[in-house]
Amino acid sequence: MYKKKECVAMLLAGGQGSRLYALTEKTAKPAVTFGGKYRIIDFPMSNCVNSGINTVGVLTQYQPLVLNEYIGNGQPWDLDRMSGGVMVLPPYQGKNGADWYKGTANAIYQNLDFIRRYAPDYVLILSGDHIYKMDYNAMLQAHKNTEADCTIAVLEVPLSEASRFGIMVTDDTGKINDFQEKPKNPTSTKASMGIYIFNTKVLEKYLIDDENTPGSNNDFGKNIIPNMLNDGMKMYAYPFEGYWKDVGTISSLWEANMELLGENPAFNVHDKQWRIFSRNYAAPPHYIGSDAIVSDSIISEGCEIYGTVEHSVLSSNVVVEKGAIVKDSVIMSGTIIKANANVCYSIIDGNSIISENAKVGEERDLAKGIAVIGSDLVVTANTIIASDAMINNDSVDGKSIIQK
Amino acid sequence: MSAAGIIFSNIHDNNIPELTRNRTMASVPFGCRYRLIDFALSNMVNSNINNVSVITHYNYQSLMDHIGSGKDWDLARRSGGIKMLTPFITAYANSTNALYSTRLEALKSVNNSISKIVDDYVVLSDCDVICNIDLNDMIKYHIENDADLTMAVKRVNLTKEQAKINVLVDSDITGRIVDVQAYPTLFEGEADINLNIMVMSRKYLQEVVLDSIAHNYTSLTKDIILKGLKRRNYHIYRYDGYFACITSPQDYYTSSMELINDKNVRKQLFGVKNRPVYTKVRNSAPTYYSPEAKVKNSLIADGCEIYGEVENSIIFRGAKIGKGSVVKNCILFQDTYTGENVTLNCVISDKNVVIRDNKHLSGDETLPFYLAKGKMI
Repeated sequence: MYKKKECVAMLLAGGQGSRLYALTEKTAKPAVTFGGKYRIIDFPMSNCVNSGINTVGVLTQYQPLVLNEYIGNGQPWDLDRMSGGVMVLPPYQGKNGADWYKGTANAIYQNLDFIRRYAPDYVLILSGDHIYKMDYNAMLQAHKNTEADCTIAVLEVPLSEASRFGIMVTDDTGKINDFQEKPKNPTSTKASMGIYIFNTKVLEKYLIDDENTPGSNNDFGKNIIPNMLNDGMKMYAYPFEGYWKDVGTISSLWEANMELLGENPAFNVHDKQWRIFSRNYAAPPHYIGSDAIVSDSIISEGCEIYGTVEHSVLSSNVVVEKGAIVKDSVIMSGTIIKANANVCYSIIDGNSIISENAKVGEERDLAKGIAVIGSDLVVTANTIIASDAMINNDSVDGKSIIQK
Repeated sequence: MSAAGIIFSNIHDNNIPELTRNRTMASVPFGCRYRLIDFALSNMVNSNINNVSVITHYNYQSLMDHIGSGKDWDLARRSGGIKMLTPFITAYANSTNALYSTRLEALKSVNNSISKIVDDYVVLSDCDVICNIDLNDMIKYHIENDADLTMAVKRVNLTKEQAKINVLVDSDITGRIVDVQAYPTLFEGEADINLNIMVMSRKYLQEVVLDSIAHNYTSLTKDIILKGLKRRNYHIYRYDGYFACITSPQDYYTSSMELINDKNVRKQLFGVKNRPVYTKVRNSAPTYYSPEAKVKNSLIADGCEIYGEVENSIIFRGAKIGKGSVVKNCILFQDTYTGENVTLNCVISDKNVVIRDNKHLSGDETLPFYLAKGKMI
């Protein structure tokens, strides 16, 4: 039967990530490759496991195939459990009709039955599109200590950027007095990270009330949190210090990848006490050829490097042939950079081929932006792809520079 | 048609005493991220053999640790899966519990398990068979020939020295084995060598084991195969892909170096479609190369951090090469740590070795310098 759990995590992974364009054409954002061997969702999943939370509901909606396949039975994260473990929760057809998840709050509302099975005292709400390492258990302890109804993890941001975030105004004890969603004139620099811990009873009540409010956006940031504040519920901010990155745009995804590089990287995935777990595909070790030059880069299993790789992040099974140059770029698994091709300041999705002498992107100083090439595409020989180009399946038709 | 697998994990332990001091031959690290048994296991799993027994009798802690539940090979199964057959010593131990040294004795010692196999065929494999062989095809061939036993062989050109450490198999044009010579001292030239991978029907294997117990036979080659050549139908199965087994420390070094010096070896071992080589997952981060790193002709696993120079080397998971260090012609096992300005040449370092700043160590290609597990220099 179902064992009671102290805390159940609900991971919102249904987002399309439309600002990642070509990279999220066929995959949901949480399943986008990051840092060589990881997918974005590995970070919140590994945080859960490392924090001792072993019941995780993953709410999926947009392009779920790759994501579902990746999560599988949860074995890579030790989440194949007798009781609990990981459970993929897609939208479903009910007695009174079928609904897509209308908003973050509605997604949790539709899965209240999943939460009730484990009768948890607390529910942890996470989103599947951030790169960070965080001990949720420490946050839970803080939540218990303050006897709050809801605790929201916050990050200090520069005042100039505060208007991009949901901002928490707190007193000295961390108690939240006011919440401003993307304020024009922010009065605080504590930005919400989209990580909430609720007392289960309180969450249930507000989700049900919200569902019965016509015209609601069914969103945590827009509805649930303001409603709770209005009712005078006890809400605390939990300050998080450390690396946290929203990788929702091409440039932030590129930046986050690059922040793994360096002797003391901004974000360290080598920490053996806080391992980031990921699904493994049994690739052989990577091989660096006799004429290869590899510097300031991350290379994953199964790669074969015969050319030059500088300041780049390569996922598994990438081949860089002789004379090819890869610089300031993120190359995802299975992509082949053929002889004498030149790839600069680009993100290239998996299983694509950049043919001989092709040129993708420009040197970073000269580039207008990051060149992006979607998955399973072939850039033909001698083709030049402009520095800010976004090449996906739609670009293929009728153009001779790219063939499918 | 279904098949079970049996792997001998301690066979050939004496060939590389340094590396098997604290482990079985099966759990000797090889090729950046593997243990020798990974090849035998992957061959079986890739051929849909999902009921595998590993016979082991001493030093097997590292092997148990490596295998775990077997899930990394997809062998954590409700029915079948992987089973470790350790020595069965009762409270009334006496001389009958003496440890075995040959394959046949190993099989006799697990007679109980063998009698319970229900699959039609059994594949018997040594643990140090570094190859990517399609056992399904071999079993199919075994059935077509209506053979009692089919032995995988490879046609090679042998020097006198090499012939001395191999079992040569002679067969007629139909592939039926007519003679077997174990470790001939005067042979030189082309011959089929036994790869120590065999297919037997379950019934014949069970019969052989019971017969050997009754007659106190000890050698599969001498007591069973040579005696049965005329009466029984023994066949060869020619495999022509890459094959290596480890016969000496020197041989271990050469076989390892083949992985970096011959593209075809990597292709035939790791690049076979639908036949990946599985190993224990360690969840290491991908490897980082610093701006000063210079790496040439090397095979490098995940989880390493490289700040120095590496050439013609094999670097296992989690190793760190410090600034200004130069590593050439080396094999560095898991979590080897080299400080700054270290030079290493022809060194094999076992797990968790620490080499402090400014040390210079060198062996020779014909006698690599070996650093034992956990040593600090």
